[in-house]
Amino acid sequence: MIAKIWGCRGSLPSPGPENIVYGGNTSCIEVSDGETFLILDAGSGIQRLGRFMGPEVKVIHILLTHLHIDHTMGLGFFKPLYHPDVEVHLWGPSASNDSLLSRIRKYFSAPLFPVRLGDLPNHPVIHKLDESEFEIGDFKIKTDYICHPGPTLGYRIQHGDHVIAYMPDHELRLGSTDFPNNPDWTSGFEIAKNADVLFHDGAYSFAEYEKKVGWGHSAVRDTLQFAKLSQVKKLSIFHHEPTNTDEQLDEILRRNLEGKSFDFEIEMCKEGLVYEF
Amino acid sequence: MPAQPLELILGRQFMDTLSIPAFLVDTQGNLLFYNEPAEEIFGLRFGETGGMKVEEWATIFTPMDAKGNPLRPEDLPLVKTLTTQVPANGSMFINNLNGERVPISVSAFPIIGRPDRYLGAMAMFWKSEII
Repeated sequence: MIAKIWGCRGSLPSPGPENIVYGGNTSCIEVSDGETFLILDAGSGIQRLGRFMGPEVKVIHILLTHLHIDHTMGLGFFKPLYHPDVEVHLWGPSASNDSLLSRIRKYFSAPLFPVRLGDLPNHPVIHKLDESEFEIGDFKIKTDYICHPGPTLGYRIQHGDHVIAYMPDHELRLGSTDFPNNPDWTSGFEIAKNADVLFHDGAYSFAEYEKKVGWGHSAVRDTLQFAKLSQVKKLSIFHHEPTNTDEQLDEILRRNLEGKSFDFEIEMCKEGLVYEF
Repeated sequence: MPAQPLELILGRQFMDTLSIPAFLVDTQGNLLFYNEPAEEIFGLRFGETGGMKVEEWATIFTPMDAKGNPLRPEDLPLVKTLTTQVPANGSMFINNLNGERVPISVSAFPIIGRPDRYLGAMAMFWKSEII
């Protein structure tokens, strides 16, 4: 299995010379095993992914954590969606009332977008998820609701003995009792535990978080504690705040690691990184 | 114990911030949490007990009517809610662990998450002067 990062910025695409290292595209990860092609979220990064995909890929599964605009804004610019020979499956969270299809249609409609879902050569196949377990090819996938405004899923993707956990938008402190000491009462723990790599929201420094409690994101400090609690092998910190430059992201991580030691690998996620298992 | 669903985690977090006594159970009626104001009424700290099976807590906090007769489980608001998955309320006495007989009013409501996942129930209650 390989996982390639096409976007790890949060909230808003942030291109610019100050963001060259970590990239400016919003959430999108390609996960594939040669035959099966998954895409985690359809942020602005999916546009480039669509341009670089080989013509041999005829079935694509896009797994949406939630429908906030930074996770869906790239959908309309994803070239394979307009190819008559390509079948696209859209997976995403169930809500209480509005169907997943209806919520996706809101993006593919005026005044947000000129092309409607019904105008596409193939209507995407819609799959709603909640606390679910299912398989796509050789991937075993488990989902669960996690703490973020609106229905939001975390994904645990297993291929053979290897596990990727993906929670790009997740507020740990609100979704936990006695954080970080009580795994059974911590949102997302079942998704993350013992993962080979955990892609997790670390949008803020702690000082930034204190001004944004309830916005649905985590401080790097909490993300490190959650990764430790979950006993992951590697933490890739995701959803970088759009106003933070490469230099500031390096500084946030440096300060959070100062004087501490962790028994797992830690990095700020970068656009273009490839993980192979 | 498997990790709890988000709705119960957030329910517990919410209860923890309240000044009104509150009690959280799973779909089987097993006690998951009660908050500090509830500790005062029960005369027992949650930290001392942790979660409890329904058979256990039902015998510790004995619900009675005004004449001191034990109430049938099916007459308790929380049990009604667990059975029917709709809100229920009522009044009763409980004998707490400090040896006091405390009149309380109880409102129980089900916790039903997206999309229609029945996950447990929450009861809020308060000391009442007259039943």
